[in-house]
Amino acid sequence: MSSLLEEIWNTVSKLGDLAKEHGLERVGKRPPLKSYLSEVWKRRAFAWTLSTYRLLASTARSRLGIAWLVLVPALQITVYGLIFGLVLGDSRPDNFLPFLIVGVVVFQFLAGSFSDGARSITSNSSLAKSLSFPRVLLPLSAMVSQWLKFAGLLSLASFSLLFFGEYPRWSWLLIFAVIGLASLFAGGVAMISARLTVHFNDLSQLIPFITRVAFYASGVFFSVDRLTASIPWLGFLEWANPVSVYLSLARDVMISGHAVDAWMWGVGAAWGVVTLLVGFFFFWSAEERYGRAG
Amino acid sequence: MVAQVETRIPVVIVENATVSYKVYASGKAVTDSSTARIKSAGNLRTVEAVKGVSLVAYQGEVIGVIGTNGSGKTSLMKAISGLTPLDKGKVFASSRPTFLGVGAAMIKELSGEKNIVLGGLAMGYSKSEINEKLDEIVEFSGLGEFVELPMRTYSAGMTERLKFSIAASRSHDILIIDEALAVGDSKFRKKSAERMKELAKSAGCVFLVSHSLKTILDTCSRAIWLDNGILRADGDALEVCKAYAEEVGAELDD
Repeated sequence: MSSLLEEIWNTVSKLGDLAKEHGLERVGKRPPLKSYLSEVWKRRAFAWTLSTYRLLASTARSRLGIAWLVLVPALQITVYGLIFGLVLGDSRPDNFLPFLIVGVVVFQFLAGSFSDGARSITSNSSLAKSLSFPRVLLPLSAMVSQWLKFAGLLSLASFSLLFFGEYPRWSWLLIFAVIGLASLFAGGVAMISARLTVHFNDLSQLIPFITRVAFYASGVFFSVDRLTASIPWLGFLEWANPVSVYLSLARDVMISGHAVDAWMWGVGAAWGVVTLLVGFFFFWSAEERYGRAG
Repeated sequence: MVAQVETRIPVVIVENATVSYKVYASGKAVTDSSTARIKSAGNLRTVEAVKGVSLVAYQGEVIGVIGTNGSGKTSLMKAISGLTPLDKGKVFASSRPTFLGVGAAMIKELSGEKNIVLGGLAMGYSKSEINEKLDEIVEFSGLGEFVELPMRTYSAGMTERLKFSIAASRSHDILIIDEALAVGDSKFRKKSAERMKELAKSAGCVFLVSHSLKTILDTCSRAIWLDNGILRADGDALEVCKAYAEEVGAELDD
């Protein structure tokens, strides 16, 4: 028996040597960072196409088609406007409807990146199992879908702002800067939630709940400023919750009466860069595992 | 097995490969532990699909892979292509092997044409390259006007034809073909067999998984036989096929 084991051991170690001798690389090995990133860049068209096609596919069977991507949030805003408008009464933030519209639109972008990012590996498992490409393209393409949705919502929001007496200003263009910073954050979140769902599929059950909590905690329909003004020790909430940071910045550039201090831009950038880096390395370090997901 | 002949250049080396899957299943475990390929812990079953397989594939070889359903053929091939991670062991290759098989990239709600574009981009074509190749792929697939319809309306054969056509549109150094010949009608089968021979000629090495011993004997010089996740035999195609046919009671011209 021992001689058989020996023989097997010899064969096995010989195989490794043989591979080395002929310069064969281990298959499935995660490529080094630089070549990984250049692969990602080379296939950016794939991420873009995947996200547009997925959006088309998601509504392909309904009669109104992609109009639903704008209709659903519009209905949401209407309902939130009615309910919170009535419930909050006099404690409504100033300029309430524009405040709510901008809040919901930006919140949708972040929450969508989180939930679609979480599904990105598991729902594309047939893709991941049959083709090899840098897996990070999947959560990134989930975020790109959110850009496309946001573009639709932004035009809707701009029209309704006009209707509520907000006049177009040059600062409206800065919304793209806000979304740029928010995209760094959203991309990081998408990558983190993508990997977590692969490890614990149970997370997908919690996503609507987490999104709801974030909705109530981030000042979508109330003003964090006012909260911290009445309870001073909660002041850290202004910068510690990245979602409310991006919401405040968006309101600052889009509507009147909700200006924020300039340092909030720095906070938004810091949250974005840190989350993106953490998210990328967190996702990338499990690159070899994703083929088995789903 | 690891005979060192100077002229033979290894392109794929599989070293003690073990692949297992974790699956949640309900109900009582049916396997008894002595023969277990499935290990149970609560509702978690660990299925050992491939158990310690080693082999070396050399340049220019077309290797047939045979075995009964569930013997670990596809798992081993996916491990070789790097799509499924290994639990133990290693796979080395001169370049990344390409897996042509059932279950390739597809979004059912989208038209065949859009799926071609998506699959091509994922394979590394640029946008202009895939637009150039599009007509060629559609023509090869023989789908004609159906290519504009969503893929959920396709028959199983049509889906497989489209997948094969996408993957076969480019040459690969190391090619793994899983049952691709078994799909499609006889006309497409003939066309795809020809295309595969062309690909094999330009490829360094081809693995062909098939249940048809005749296909294996026609195209392969060497065959490996997987049985319950273990490499049962590895050698001359005719000898391995004979032994396999005897055991499962099949005919060589099946």
